[in-house]
Amino acid sequence: MIDHRQEHHEGGPYGAIPRKEDARFVRGQGTFVDDISLPGMLHGAILRSPLAHARIISVDATAALAHPKVEAVLTGADLAERGLAWMPTLSGDVQAVLATDKVRFQGQELAFVVARDRYAARDALELIAVEYEPLPPLVDAKTALAEDAPLVRDDLPGRTGNRIFDWTAGDKTATDAVFSTADVTVSCDMIYPRSHPAPLETCGIVAAWDDVTGRLTLWSTSQAPHAHRTMYALITRLPEHKIRIVSPDLGGGFGNKVPVYPGYLCAIAASIVTRRPVKWVEDRSENLMSTTFARDYHMHGEIAATADGRILGLRAGVLADHGAFNATAQPARYPAGFFHIFTGSYDLEAAFCEVTGVYTNKAPGGVAYSCSFRVTEAVYLVERLVDMLARKLGMDPAQLRMRNLLRPEQFPYTCATGWQYDSGDYPRALALAMDIAGYDELRREQAERRSRGEYMGIGISFFTEGVGAGPRAHMDILGLAMVDGADLRVHPTGKVVLAVSVQTQGQGHETTFAQIVAHELGLTPDDVEVVHGDTDRTPFGLGTYGSRSTPVSGAAAVMAARKVRDRARLVAAAMLELSPDDLEWADGKWRVRGDPDRGAGIAEIAMAAHSSLELPDGVESHLDASAVYNPPNLTFPFGAYICVTDVDPATGEVKVRRFIAVDDCGVRINPMIVEGQVHRGLADGVGMALMQAIVFDESGNCLGGSFMDYLLPTALECPSPELGATVTPSPHHPIGAKGIGESATVGSPPAVVNSVVDALAPFGVTHADMPLTPANVWRAIQGRPVRPDLALS
Amino acid sequence: MKVTVTVNNAEYVRDVEPRLLLIHLLRDELGLTGSHWGCDTSNCGACVVWLDETPVKSCTVLAVMADGRRVMTVEGLGSRAGLDPVQQGFTQCHGLQCGFCTPGMMLTARWLLDHNPDPSAAEVREAISGQICRCTGYENIVRAVLWAAKNGGTG
Repeated sequence: MIDHRQEHHEGGPYGAIPRKEDARFVRGQGTFVDDISLPGMLHGAILRSPLAHARIISVDATAALAHPKVEAVLTGADLAERGLAWMPTLSGDVQAVLATDKVRFQGQELAFVVARDRYAARDALELIAVEYEPLPPLVDAKTALAEDAPLVRDDLPGRTGNRIFDWTAGDKTATDAVFSTADVTVSCDMIYPRSHPAPLETCGIVAAWDDVTGRLTLWSTSQAPHAHRTMYALITRLPEHKIRIVSPDLGGGFGNKVPVYPGYLCAIAASIVTRRPVKWVEDRSENLMSTTFARDYHMHGEIAATADGRILGLRAGVLADHGAFNATAQPARYPAGFFHIFTGSYDLEAAFCEVTGVYTNKAPGGVAYSCSFRVTEAVYLVERLVDMLARKLGMDPAQLRMRNLLRPEQFPYTCATGWQYDSGDYPRALALAMDIAGYDELRREQAERRSRGEYMGIGISFFTEGVGAGPRAHMDILGLAMVDGADLRVHPTGKVVLAVSVQTQGQGHETTFAQIVAHELGLTPDDVEVVHGDTDRTPFGLGTYGSRSTPVSGAAAVMAARKVRDRARLVAAAMLELSPDDLEWADGKWRVRGDPDRGAGIAEIAMAAHSSLELPDGVESHLDASAVYNPPNLTFPFGAYICVTDVDPATGEVKVRRFIAVDDCGVRINPMIVEGQVHRGLADGVGMALMQAIVFDESGNCLGGSFMDYLLPTALECPSPELGATVTPSPHHPIGAKGIGESATVGSPPAVVNSVVDALAPFGVTHADMPLTPANVWRAIQGRPVRPDLALS
Repeated sequence: MKVTVTVNNAEYVRDVEPRLLLIHLLRDELGLTGSHWGCDTSNCGACVVWLDETPVKSCTVLAVMADGRRVMTVEGLGSRAGLDPVQQGFTQCHGLQCGFCTPGMMLTARWLLDHNPDPSAAEVREAISGQICRCTGYENIVRAVLWAAKNGGTG
């Protein structure tokens, strides 16, 4: 048997090399947005609403304008004069840039002060007088559709209620039929609480308007600089070619830096008004209270099976809290993202889900935090239900999964809601995870501990993700198809510059993409410089989120490199005075068939391509090439996770003792980077399952507005992960790679929750909602759970 | 108020507001942007620097409190001749992804190894437990510090 633990450490043809970008970061020489300082630069600060819902009677900035260091104050009325008080969201709604009529969530933007230093800007916020008429807030999504619910969006003409959309997937009739005849069904209400991606660097921008050239240059925290440029052009009506966005080093993103935020537009407007560069960087409370949150899915799930444990169908009803503006970022056709992949990793007869989105008086968002467009919620639902079914059937949850997992020969597999899974060997991944965990021994230990009154849990989850959006025919954001470009320039000496449309927030693109191109062209990664994050220097594309960089831009880089290689063959043939058919690509060079010692590598060919060498008709000089990749399908990474916990029933404290993760993301380009991505996602799972939640009180006050209230896992809560790998290449990706950036965030939370619920089985606990804080675990043991998303008196 | 601070062995004299935070003195007044600001509440540790011989969260120290004292930031780690073993360890072990928490983590690690040259993984975790990393899940940071302990001693 192959030892996969060994295999994945050493990597395939590319190698686990250290990252090129580390040299600047370990010296403190990264360039983050707040590190940028321009001559004459001013500093912006935002006045935010303390109330969740109120009519604005007046905003008076007179005293602020009189502050000696204040250069300008923008209010909603000022922006309205310029047609900028509202902006489009990524979901076809509109969002207030600075509120004019009402405030609709606590922390909403009201005014923008521009001052000579950042402290003075903050001081002047205190000098702005706002008069409000408080209105009853809509805090609980479950009451959003009631007759007497406050109307959140009376700004939208003709709107009388808070329903944003109803959306369904699957075959309701067939699913109902399966449920009506099934031997066993299990159902559960569960909440995936509102969470926040909380990258360590908050969002910010430096906007520099040049009155003379009419150019607007923005350094901003953007995971999607090209899409942002198009949005700014549409919003401000500035010509798109006069806008340049530089997304420099980003201190994490996780989906938080996909949307366009009001602060960005305020800084742009302020730079135009003052004719000086304006920096705006939000503080942590602003980040947690106003930028895109994640999840907030209230789910009802049902699973149907035969008495001997064959899973037949799944049914789900979801109430989705989108906050005050529908600003989710996902392919336009899918208002619930890819939630309908909730069929999971199992061979089902039928499945059906319906999702209703509603407005509430809370910050906007919903699709973020490494969720692969809501696959996180889907995996949680199905994996909790499978565990509950196992309990009801008296079966081991690993056995139940093994019995129902898709088999390798079923791929490509079209699931009950229409996704076509590209490839997989699911039983092998689960078997490997169980092998690494020593599963049977763990169960014996658990039984032995239980007899001593100790509560140990073993939780399994198996996930399938769909990542790497497009294809363009089905997936766009704001009408922009989700395809991405790559430009390759080959210099005369054979050194290469690759420019890509995606942007790294820590994923290591400068290394991974260099490895991809180097491998295609017979070069070393040091021969390849990767340019990204600057719209003037890179081709158009939709950016980095949804684990799409390697599936889409990685493929674009391969296609561009193969174009270079194809032209290099023609040039090499001219150099060697042979027919191109006489050459074959082998070991990184074009070599003469039957005489492999003769040939030429890219460096020699590049010099020839720039020389006076006579080239055949139709062959252009130089070797530069570009490509735009339209993915034929998503890629479908998968994995099997096992989490071992110890729970103290007296305090409710959960300790994660072990976390085993077997991931299959197809071909691994840099296994070290891949493993790093998995490590992060496992920490997310620990955090979301045990501590992270953005909670509101009945007045709509956000109770998660700082890191003292919104708890993130530290090195003491995160276990030392035990990783394994299987490699099932994607059949349609040019190098067989799938995305990995979000796998563990998607797959790990249900493993933790299943583990804790397993530990609590002797108390009769069958489900407990995240976050499983000591208080919530203790309440579950007492049989008196409370809603984890609201702090109601 | 006038403050005199020695940062990375260079003396600086600045006239500052009494409320100015040390992190902002370093970043905005002295241009040392390697130290980062992340949370306001002393939770994240992106702003950790040494004040004299002790790591502090510089978002919770006033610049005037550093008057007459020495500060070391990430820019003072290692030398032109070579990286500190901690910096090497972070590179070798993939101890960073976005790089935002990295300077603070490395400064804490340097302090730990100066006081405990051969720490256990649990001791490393304890040492960095007042700092947050959102990218690595901490595992490779721990490995990086242990690598530095094994490969460089006190640097």
